Amino acid sequence: MSHWSFYSDFYAFSTVFSDLVISKLDRQKFIVVVLLTLSDLLVQIDLSSQIVRTTVSLKVENNGIDPASEILLPFPEHHAKNLAFLSAVINEGKGKTKSSSDSLPVNVANPEGMPPQLTWYSITLPKALGKGGSLTLEVKAVFTHILRPFPEKITQADVQLVAFQDSAHYFSPYAIKVQSLTFKLPEPKVESYTKLENTKFSGSELKYGPYENLPPFSYKPIVVHFVSNKPFSVSQELVREIEISHWGNVQITENFNLVHAGAELTGEFSRLDYQARPHVRGASALRNLIAKLPPRAHSIYYRDEIGNISTSNVWSDSAKTLLEIEPRYPMFGGWRTSFTIGYGLPLRDFLFQSEGKRFLNISFGCPMTDVIVENLTIKVVLPEGSKDVSVSVPFPVKQSQETKFSHLDMFGRPVIVLEKTNVVPEHNQYFQVYYRFSNLSLLTEPSMLIFGFFLFFVACIVYTHADFTISKSSPSYLAKLQWDEVQSAIQQFLNIMNRCLIVHDKLEASLRDLSRTGDVQTCKAARKAADSLLKELSKEMRPLLSFLQSSSQAAQITPKVDELVLKERELQEKLMLKHSTVVDAYEKKSGGRDIDNRIAAVQQKISMLRQEVDDLLEIIDEI
Amino acid sequence: MEKSPADLLASPGLSSLLKSLKLKTKQQELLIRVSILCLVYVLAFIARLFSVLRYESMIHEFDPYFNYRVTQFLTKKGFYEFWNWFDSESWYPLGRIIGGTLYPGLMVTAALIYWTLRFLRFAVHIREVCVLTAPFFAANTTLVAYFFGKELWDSGAGLVAAALIAICPGYISRSVAGSYDNEGVAIFALLLTFYLFVKAVNTGSLAWALASAFGYFYMVSAWGGYVFIINLIPLYVLVLLVTGRYSMRLYVAYNCMYVLGMLLAMQIRFVGFQHVQSGEHMAAMGVFFLMQVFYFLDWVKYLLNDPKKFHTFLRITVTSAVGLGVISLGVGTASGYISPWTGRFYSLLDPTYAKDNIPIIASVSEHQPTAWSSFMFDFHILLLLFPAGLYFCFKRLSDATIFIVMYGLTSMYFAGVMVRLILVATPAVCLISAIAVSATIKNLTQLVRAKSKPAPMGKGTTSTKASSKGTLDQSMPFQRNGAVALLLGAFYLLSRYAIHCTWVTSEAYSSPSIVLAARGAHGNRVIFDDYREAYFWLRQNTPQDAKVMSWWDYGYQITAMGNRTVIVDNNTWNNTHIATVGRAMSSYEDEAYEIMRSLDVNYVLVVFGGVTGYSSDDINKSSLVTYYAFLWMVRIGGGVFPIIKEPDYLVNGEYRVDKGAAPKMLNCLMYKLSYYRFGELTTEYGKPPGYDRARGVEIGNKDIKLEHLEEAFTTSNWIAQLFAAVVLSLSLSGN
Repeated sequence: MSHWSFYSDFYAFSTVFSDLVISKLDRQKFIVVVLLTLSDLLVQIDLSSQIVRTTVSLKVENNGIDPASEILLPFPEHHAKNLAFLSAVINEGKGKTKSSSDSLPVNVANPEGMPPQLTWYSITLPKALGKGGSLTLEVKAVFTHILRPFPEKITQADVQLVAFQDSAHYFSPYAIKVQSLTFKLPEPKVESYTKLENTKFSGSELKYGPYENLPPFSYKPIVVHFVSNKPFSVSQELVREIEISHWGNVQITENFNLVHAGAELTGEFSRLDYQARPHVRGASALRNLIAKLPPRAHSIYYRDEIGNISTSNVWSDSAKTLLEIEPRYPMFGGWRTSFTIGYGLPLRDFLFQSEGKRFLNISFGCPMTDVIVENLTIKVVLPEGSKDVSVSVPFPVKQSQETKFSHLDMFGRPVIVLEKTNVVPEHNQYFQVYYRFSNLSLLTEPSMLIFGFFLFFVACIVYTHADFTISKSSPSYLAKLQWDEVQSAIQQFLNIMNRCLIVHDKLEASLRDLSRTGDVQTCKAARKAADSLLKELSKEMRPLLSFLQSSSQAAQITPKVDELVLKERELQEKLMLKHSTVVDAYEKKSGGRDIDNRIAAVQQKISMLRQEVDDLLEIIDEI
Repeated sequence: MEKSPADLLASPGLSSLLKSLKLKTKQQELLIRVSILCLVYVLAFIARLFSVLRYESMIHEFDPYFNYRVTQFLTKKGFYEFWNWFDSESWYPLGRIIGGTLYPGLMVTAALIYWTLRFLRFAVHIREVCVLTAPFFAANTTLVAYFFGKELWDSGAGLVAAALIAICPGYISRSVAGSYDNEGVAIFALLLTFYLFVKAVNTGSLAWALASAFGYFYMVSAWGGYVFIINLIPLYVLVLLVTGRYSMRLYVAYNCMYVLGMLLAMQIRFVGFQHVQSGEHMAAMGVFFLMQVFYFLDWVKYLLNDPKKFHTFLRITVTSAVGLGVISLGVGTASGYISPWTGRFYSLLDPTYAKDNIPIIASVSEHQPTAWSSFMFDFHILLLLFPAGLYFCFKRLSDATIFIVMYGLTSMYFAGVMVRLILVATPAVCLISAIAVSATIKNLTQLVRAKSKPAPMGKGTTSTKASSKGTLDQSMPFQRNGAVALLLGAFYLLSRYAIHCTWVTSEAYSSPSIVLAARGAHGNRVIFDDYREAYFWLRQNTPQDAKVMSWWDYGYQITAMGNRTVIVDNNTWNNTHIATVGRAMSSYEDEAYEIMRSLDVNYVLVVFGGVTGYSSDDINKSSLVTYYAFLWMVRIGGGVFPIIKEPDYLVNGEYRVDKGAAPKMLNCLMYKLSYYRFGELTTEYGKPPGYDRARGVEIGNKDIKLEHLEEAFTTSNWIAQLFAAVVLSLSLSGN
């Protein structure tokens, strides 16, 4: 407050104003010491859309003794409450070589003794302005809801007229040497405007001034009543959800609650008229909105509570993605709609790392130009397990934190909630969310899934192996048990049978070796080994066979089994016969053809038997 | 012998490994069976997703919107709130007790799925659950069909049945994604109940009978079609009794299923005591008592050894039992304790009944008798396989095959009576056809394999192979070739079936009917989203308590999507109310205005297709409107209201809207609203202004002035010269 005392010495506001109308401000009651003077004041007010932008370029001169480090900007109440954005930059140089530096800090000020109807802002200069020094500033203020439709209700065929109130003289606590005011209108049509000296209307521009040597707080009310068919799209609620996935995606979901805040439609809405002459019958209707999304936006959707809306278009290039959406119906004054748009963005464009922390750098406001957002809520959903969260926003916002549960979340994801009222496109600045997140946490959810499936399979295995029978003595259960035994017995039997067959194959192989090497001894040894093996196997087989014969459950299989055993034995005999014949022949050194002739009959029998045995094996296996 | 050393080294290890990996025939079969089933399961699900891909994940048609709205309520407010929900947003000013007038099975199922997924940490939206409920249950139905087929015939037939039902258009028509209607889960429940009951009869096990009672309970909670079960099963039992197939298994199965099923069914408020009191359920009760008599007689027969005595006893008992039954039925009906059959039930037994007596049933297109073409459309080759399957069933008659034959024949009859009941017949047709396909293919492959068997064995020498082939070929010349040809033919037919089903699903059954699509002049797809445009406008730009009058078709959609109160909706429970709306629509504007004022109507919604050629609009329906309003006026004390007479709207019994139309027609509210300012519009090049493209005539009254109503909103395809609905909603200036 110390620097405020500096001003309060000079401004002795003796009374508090009760009247809201500034024009009634009694200038005589101020004792204004002209410290700073404004000159070359150029006020440009852009009325071409619902968002009123005033640009004031001014030259500040310090005529006092003490250096001034702050400049005060007062706003009357009805301006102040609709003020959405205020910035000031120093303009160095003139004309085309104008170079703007960074914007200066602007704060709400509360100079002592000032009337409460005025809201004060102070611009802090980078370095104090010394005596006789001068500085060129550009002050930009953006207002919303300041254009009032008049008449308030129009029919479909009427144009929309709006009124704007302001002062022809720039309202300032400082004396002004030269000042002029320019209004830029959307169309070269004006219903009426306050005519003062030096008022000029040409094209779509309305000019007041120049006025010279205005005292402080000079106020000259003027009203401009003009045609503005631009739709007044106001989003009463906008919830932007920015969800970060470290798998490479930033998903943005924006829920709009839109109203056409222009002159309300009264009477019929005729589609016939609207479609025959859309720009006459429905001139101020809101037909489409264009959202400017970041480049490489993908998976764009546009829907509302009852489903997808098919009227949208996307154009994209390397610098941006343009999404054109049409509401389900053309929106006339007072009509409402609500919808959701969503899109994904590549993570690498928005997420960066610095000093061990990650930070998201993404734009703040609504992606649509010419939309006022009354209440903007931004929810930044960080991945589960993020810590040390902090936010940096270039302007004051309300901040809070909550958690959100999404797919496979156990503890919920931290959500940063930022709220701001009266948001205009000027607020589309980047803001940052810093947080720590370990890459290992990325694997939690996939491993949970894997573990879940693993548990499922384990449960299946346990289920198939567990016995859930309630009554262990019921006949059906006993029968089942018996059947299981029979099956295992048959399985064992088949195993033994297969081993027998392998022994047979070995015998055959030894014969083949014999024919190649002529080594009778090895062959005999093989024969001996096979004999003992087969004997063992038949011994093993005996208890199984007796079990199968005794079991009632196996009644239908037993004959097949018996048949198989017989066939196998026969096969075995024939094979032995063949073997001894061949070995004999070799010992007698008979010729190859002679041996072939001798065993031909046996060989045929063997192959037939082998075929039958194989068939039987298959049949038993299928049971 | 020419093996390289490396091969010799590698072969024993490799072969033993292969041998250990090689599955046994049984395991192979199991593997194949399970993988086929899984594939069929997935196929059944994804075949129903055409609509999601073509359009979006949305709820279709009319009734599903109500179900969706109720499910939303259920998931938001919980079960008890839902059970006691009094809905004041419909049937204004009467309201509707939702909990007591619906089958909650579908909604509870969807809510349970939703809660389960939420519990498993899947953040799904309730809409997605609702959209995918029907495909999910259709996929489950294929599993039931497999087990049913296995129970009826063998596992091969089960697999074929699962595959057939997975893509059968008759079923797909009601179970595509988004078709969130009772039938979606009810067919699953129906088939499950039947399967469990047949299983119970086959095994005589109490457990299976209990399971079938619960299946029945689920069916009752899901769909009014449960009446089919509770009549078919007694009929089946009766047939078994008559054909002398009475057994203890049957006794256990039926008694358990009936008694428990009845008690469970009575827990559903919408059914309640109807289950023991209404005429439709009496057959089941009669058969229940008959079963007791049979059991008693069996016992007596066991005690009495003398056949003569037994016959006398039999005569007396049967006579008295039947007499008692008839008398109690007569007394019950006369005293009003047993309610008579409802009109819907009558109309099933007698197809002409509805036309003469209940126009509200006759007026719905899906209640019309089925045309042959739609049988062909929905069943394709199954229509030919069905009789073949019946032949196989009769050839191997058992308790189970008797059941499927009866199910097939009765449901086929009902499918002929009403188009929508094709749905009920579909599982039976698929199962019976599957038996035909499976049995045929099995026979043919056996023929083919029998001869080819020695060939691939490799063990037998070539000479024996040739000789055996020669001998077989001589005994039955060309048999093998014939079998191969027939097999190829069968596969050709089945693949045609698959192609047909895919085509039908994609072209006919996957449109949501809220959004209409057409081909533009350059072959591009044009979407007409006018219904939602109007509903969303209503939702956003009318007062919260506004009342909307429209024809009842749009009631559910207006409450669900527009979130506004309606006068009548698709739950046509109060014919008087519907008739009042019909009367307002067919009266002169000032008379209609009086009716609307008495109903607090703020908005009237009219569907009009004259610009785009959308033919199912209100003007075309209003032929029924007048018919119906008139009819009900007469019925409910016609003297109270000035009577609306149908002939007033017709010229020589003909329904017209052009210059030759009846004067009353040209000035009734419906006509005026539909054609309001239509006379100024040129819809088609070379036609006079006011040319109605839906009906192909120039309208008769082009100078329409509204006194009490004004146009509030008209959707975009009023002039677009394309083919879509135009929705006109007119607000009441008086209110």
